[in-house]
Amino acid sequence: MNAMTEGYVTPDGRQIGPVLMEMKNITLRFGGVVAIKDISFDIREGEIRAIIGPNGAGKSSMLNVISGFYVPSEGEVWFRGQKRGPMKPYEVARLGIARTFQNIALFDGMSVLDNIMTGRLTMMKSGLLSQALWFGSAEREENENRAKVEKIIDFLEIQNIRKTPVGRLPYGLKKRVELARALAAEPKILLLDEPMAGMNVEEKEDMCRFILDVNDEFGTTIALIEHDMGVVMDLSDRVVVMDYGKKIGDGTPDEVRNNPDVINAYLGVAHE
Amino acid sequence: MFYREAGDFKTSYRQDSQTFPIRFDRWRFYAVLALAFGVIPFVINDYWANSVFVPFLIYAIAAIGLNILTGYAGQVSLGTGGFMAVGAYACYKLMTSFPEVSILIHVLLAGGVTAAVGVLFGLPSLRIKGFYLAVATLAAQFFLVWLFNKVPWFYNFSASGQITAPDRTVLGYFVTGAQTSATAKYLVCLVFLVLVALIARNLTRGTVGRKWMAIRDMDIAAEIIGVNPLTTKLTAFAVSSFFIGIAGALFFAVYLGAAEVGEAFGIQKSFLILFMVIIGGLGSIFGSFAGAAFLVLLPVLLKNLLVGTLGWPTDLAAHIELMIVGGLIVVFLIAEPHGLAQLWRLAKEKLRLWPFPH
Repeated sequence: MNAMTEGYVTPDGRQIGPVLMEMKNITLRFGGVVAIKDISFDIREGEIRAIIGPNGAGKSSMLNVISGFYVPSEGEVWFRGQKRGPMKPYEVARLGIARTFQNIALFDGMSVLDNIMTGRLTMMKSGLLSQALWFGSAEREENENRAKVEKIIDFLEIQNIRKTPVGRLPYGLKKRVELARALAAEPKILLLDEPMAGMNVEEKEDMCRFILDVNDEFGTTIALIEHDMGVVMDLSDRVVVMDYGKKIGDGTPDEVRNNPDVINAYLGVAHE
Repeated sequence: MFYREAGDFKTSYRQDSQTFPIRFDRWRFYAVLALAFGVIPFVINDYWANSVFVPFLIYAIAAIGLNILTGYAGQVSLGTGGFMAVGAYACYKLMTSFPEVSILIHVLLAGGVTAAVGVLFGLPSLRIKGFYLAVATLAAQFFLVWLFNKVPWFYNFSASGQITAPDRTVLGYFVTGAQTSATAKYLVCLVFLVLVALIARNLTRGTVGRKWMAIRDMDIAAEIIGVNPLTTKLTAFAVSSFFIGIAGALFFAVYLGAAEVGEAFGIQKSFLILFMVIIGGLGSIFGSFAGAAFLVLLPVLLKNLLVGTLGWPTDLAAHIELMIVGGLIVVFLIAEPHGLAQLWRLAKEKLRLWPFPH
């Protein structure tokens, strides 16, 4: 199916579009350590793409390459049909790539509302003078963006905590606020670094539902890293499997599940 | 009882993001404004103006400036005194070079000059953080004081090395020089303070403020959601220095009348304003007011109490004052790192229900 240029239809009937982002022969080195070895894969429009692998396989490094935080030592990143040169992290955000972090990276001193509003900073253009006087474009822009942020707050069901400082929230809610902040940027592609890490079953179910809803309602392309195999197999359309910095499998959850290399990496090789 | 949101429904985002969302707070703010503009100017005398009100107003401007840089944007600065000196000397040069232009414009321009100098000394903040940045700004402090001492052009080659504010009027009233009335000094500083506070509040509740706080709380995450650290930090330095420059210009022209750079704008001034911000509350406009009021009033109160009432020698009272201020800073850092502003917030929370238990 990878040969198809116009996308494919998932078993549950969603139309997946053409290639949105393509990683071509990515290698990433830190001094003598090779974190990623010659990996290629693509992410298509509207799909949920998972990257899995044992600890230390290079998944987070891969996500950092996608998000532009690391510049690959070799290889190319293509986004929306264009080769992406070396960029500053804040320039990547303007391309429409948003992410969440493995260990939550919210702004603890600010309220939930302000945190989510920061997600829309790239769309707010009013000048310093207008903001200083709180007149004209600054106020109009503030209220327009506030209305959009309120929609996301409703969507993720966090209305009751919007004025609470983030530092006071429990872990599960912080994860949700972080997702809200990433969504506020209306990204083309959303990167989630272990969105369920450290959650209980109920919180995981909530988070799964939100991820599916986001994909369904906004049509956002999602790339995620996750350790919980059940979650990955249920959520994702296609899965990349990494081990020791190499790609050992790529395909639908069923294909990956039956791939002997993947079984070896996770369960060990049978010795005769 | 007080500060209740009950029955105070917001029907637009505009209402929800206003400066004083609680009705009681809003009325209290109007009452303070009315008192400050309508009553105090008519009853103020030289003693109250020179020892309490004018220093309070000017230090509050400087504290708001430093709070934007340190409290909101998280960039520690020990160069406040030096930046105030830039404002003072810029104002002096402008006043003597263009005597026909209004002093109010000179003060604003002095703020602009200080903003440019602040941006220059803010450049290292892109590479260094925390203690190291504090030391870099300390270098700015010493360099600027040295510069204004060494280069005679800055003090118009006067024999004493001092700068003296020429007489200037606004609307026919003297605001600088020996003939200035207490009321005029007070009103000029008050107008600037109100403007600065409103601008600071508007900036910190909007996009710029969120960028500053994002950089303060977690700079890497801020960058990944699209905050440009270069422009954000330099904006903080510019706005902060603009306010501090205005404070420096007023301090020299309106309050002191004549100044010598090492005396008036030395390292002690930097620390004094930093203490105001810490005691008042980092990241709070109200905290800047509270801190300035506290550190201006405390010495006056202690002096009246120890020297005036108890009859102790002046030098002993001065030493005790230093010890008390030092002790208070340690106590605040341990017990309430968010300063008087946080105490005020807690008091408000309690007052919402008082005197009912639930």
